[in-house]
Amino acid sequence: MQTGTDRLEIKGFNLYYHRTKALEDISMTIPEKRVTAIIGPSGCGKSTLLRSINRMNEMIDGVKVEGQILLDGEDIYQKDIDVVELRRKVGMVFQRPNPFPKSIFENVAFGVRMGDNVPAKEKLEEVVERSLKEAAIWDEVKDRLHRSAMELSGGQQQRVCIARALAVEPEVILMDEPASALDPIATAKIEELIFRLKEKYTIVIVTHNMQQAARVSGFTAFLMLGKLVEFGPTEKMMTNPASKLTEEYITGRFG
Amino acid sequence: MSLKKRRFKYLGESLIEGNIKITATFAIVVVFLIFIFIMRESLPIFFNGEVRQEITFGKLFKGTAWQPVSDNPRFSLWPIILGSLKVTLIALFFAVPVAIGAALYSSEFAGRRLKEFIKPAVELLAGIPSVVLGFFALMVMASFLKNIFGWEIRLNAVNAGIALGFAVIPSIYSLAEDAINAVPRSFREAALGLGASPWQTAVKVVLPAALPGVSAAVLFGMGRAVGETMVVLMAAGNAPLFSFNPLNSTRTMTATIAAELGEVVFGSGHYHALFFIGLVLFLVTFVINMTSWALFDGLMSKLYGSKK
Amino acid sequence: MTNKMNLRNIKDKLKIGLTGSAVLLILAILTIILGTVIIGGYKSISWEFLTQAPTEGMTKGGIFPAIFGMVFSLLLMLIAVVPVGVATAVYLHEYAQPGFILTKLIRGAVNNLAGVPSIVFGLFGLGFFIQFIGGGLDRSLGQAGLFGQPCILWASLTLALMNLPMIIVATEEALRAIPQAERAGALALGATKWQSIRHVVLPQAIPGILTGVVLVISRGAGEVAPIMFTGAAYYLPYLPKLPTEQFMTLGYHIFVMTTQSPDIDATVPIAMGATLVLLALTFSLNIIAIIIRSRTRSQLRKGR
Repeated sequence: MQTGTDRLEIKGFNLYYHRTKALEDISMTIPEKRVTAIIGPSGCGKSTLLRSINRMNEMIDGVKVEGQILLDGEDIYQKDIDVVELRRKVGMVFQRPNPFPKSIFENVAFGVRMGDNVPAKEKLEEVVERSLKEAAIWDEVKDRLHRSAMELSGGQQQRVCIARALAVEPEVILMDEPASALDPIATAKIEELIFRLKEKYTIVIVTHNMQQAARVSGFTAFLMLGKLVEFGPTEKMMTNPASKLTEEYITGRFG
Repeated sequence: MSLKKRRFKYLGESLIEGNIKITATFAIVVVFLIFIFIMRESLPIFFNGEVRQEITFGKLFKGTAWQPVSDNPRFSLWPIILGSLKVTLIALFFAVPVAIGAALYSSEFAGRRLKEFIKPAVELLAGIPSVVLGFFALMVMASFLKNIFGWEIRLNAVNAGIALGFAVIPSIYSLAEDAINAVPRSFREAALGLGASPWQTAVKVVLPAALPGVSAAVLFGMGRAVGETMVVLMAAGNAPLFSFNPLNSTRTMTATIAAELGEVVFGSGHYHALFFIGLVLFLVTFVINMTSWALFDGLMSKLYGSKK
Repeated sequence: MTNKMNLRNIKDKLKIGLTGSAVLLILAILTIILGTVIIGGYKSISWEFLTQAPTEGMTKGGIFPAIFGMVFSLLLMLIAVVPVGVATAVYLHEYAQPGFILTKLIRGAVNNLAGVPSIVFGLFGLGFFIQFIGGGLDRSLGQAGLFGQPCILWASLTLALMNLPMIIVATEEALRAIPQAERAGALALGATKWQSIRHVVLPQAIPGILTGVVLVISRGAGEVAPIMFTGAAYYLPYLPKLPTEQFMTLGYHIFVMTTQSPDIDATVPIAMGATLVLLALTFSLNIIAIIIRSRTRSQLRKGR
């Protein structure tokens, strides 16, 4: 595809949940520094696919995978892969804001503190400030960095969670319906933020909202029943889908 | 930068994890050790020739007298087994209706505020040390009941049984309430929707659905009652009589150990007999409790489809 | 028809009232016990009663050595039981896979331990700690009667074993209340499993663990059967300084004063006073536990 280097590649990927096949033979190359949306009807496996990219599926019992997911040419499912390091390179934002019941500062500093070399206080403060600015929430919270993150509104909490993910300087950010629990204004803010973040990060976002996918993403993957139906530039998919299934889905025939 | 694991990076992590895991097996080790050591001190009754001159397994179940300290010591367990049974039954007779009635009331009929008041009250009752219950039954309740009912003997199985009931009400209540609360709301709505009254719903629908859990609660209370020591030691009169009369003084298995272990000659037949009583208690409560938990788990998996 | 329904209504109300009276009975029991002990005991309570030793063959004086010994033994008990209990709960809830045999065995053992009669713990303490461990230590050190005899250490360890399930259950309940999303959040940021437990999970479990600790103190303070033969003494003319000495403790003191007294009229007021002190202690500990718990719960309801 007409993008820069393709650092994230999914190759012949299958995922089983106990006996059921949840993902079947998924292959796609996720372009660097672009926003890629994964869409599809609920239960199609889009969140599962997303969580496979930072191996969060391992928290669930009975999950088995086949095939490869390559990050910079390295298969992240090899035995000797350091999952902790992988997750520092591939950050994640969840469906519901899940800040820790700690101060805003501690939330953002958390990932950095958990790393191998914990920086000095001034450096840490810099990181926190930079991340909060990048997540477009600095102005709203700069006067109360040491108050609990739980006091913030849902939209603010979600942006703190984004800042928290940015603080460990990932290369890829996975977002699992990051605005589905938020009101329209907070959603708009998050979308705006995603649009700006793609200058620095490769973003993969799961959404059930077609308009959202159209607004924020450059590429879209359409999944159905665990299979990748179509993958390509969002604009093309929205206007002239190659598959009939895709067309039916985006025109709201089912969902 | 490669994503490959660096060697030793997670050494600390796995050490901590290993330690936690080893610590967690401690509970298994303890149960095992308890069994082994109580067993070890009871076995001489079966195998040690010297001890067997004084006491044998057969003697424990012959006759009806427990007179371990006399010229002709007799070690029949019947009077104290009977004592444990009597006191436990009286305790349950008193505690079961109260505990289950209260559990039914608080989960089916009480308002939220009242409910939030009942639970702590029961917890406070559970928090009364058994030595205090024993003290109360010995110093206050016994004389009171004697005067009202004209008892001949102040300290008897009924007195101890009622006090023991105080001790087991909270246990029965909390498990029964959990069981009743576990019954899905849809059961109640269905019954009420068919025109059943709240009382009919509670007794004909909710209680039967929770029955395995409620029986588990009763068994659980029974295990508690059989194993309780201080209340019966202080309030039952402490005489190992072989009598079915609940108004006679009595002595339970637990109280026998508590009363006699302090003065027993180490290594004597009497000493080993007391450990044998402990072994019986351990096994009996083990069976009762495991049955209770199996019933409760069975209910939960029936109501929720899978094991928690 | 209407009449019939009214009659049924009244009957139902009566039956509901009957179950309500069970609640009233429980409250009455609580009030009567509390009331009797307060009325009988408050006259005995004074500063001297709390701070002085018994005198004149325990027919006069205070209960200070019993309070001192109780605190001493409870501290040792906590040191032993809290780390083990918390670690077990963390293993069961955070690491263990539910279906595994080891997990089932541990759960079964914990349930079983909770049901072992207290007097059996006393027997075990005597057979295991005093004779096996203590006696073994004495033999290998070539001395007699240092470890192989009843003392605070063995009594506290016996109490610790007995209370282990309580700490485990309280901690696990606290762990269960922490949303899975927060663990996922920590792991997704590149925290290791232990880091997520240490920095995200455990800090939030502290109120729950504290509830367990408070309840264990309360229960430990009142238990007599497990310590009668493993360390508690009728009377000691001095305060214990080492864990290898015997101790007086409140619960046992009450028992001794009411059942072993040569002069019951003289000792009853002291026993009443001691009972009031013990009851006040366990009641306030239980109330503290109830308050911590309801606070945590209402915080949880508010979404924290």
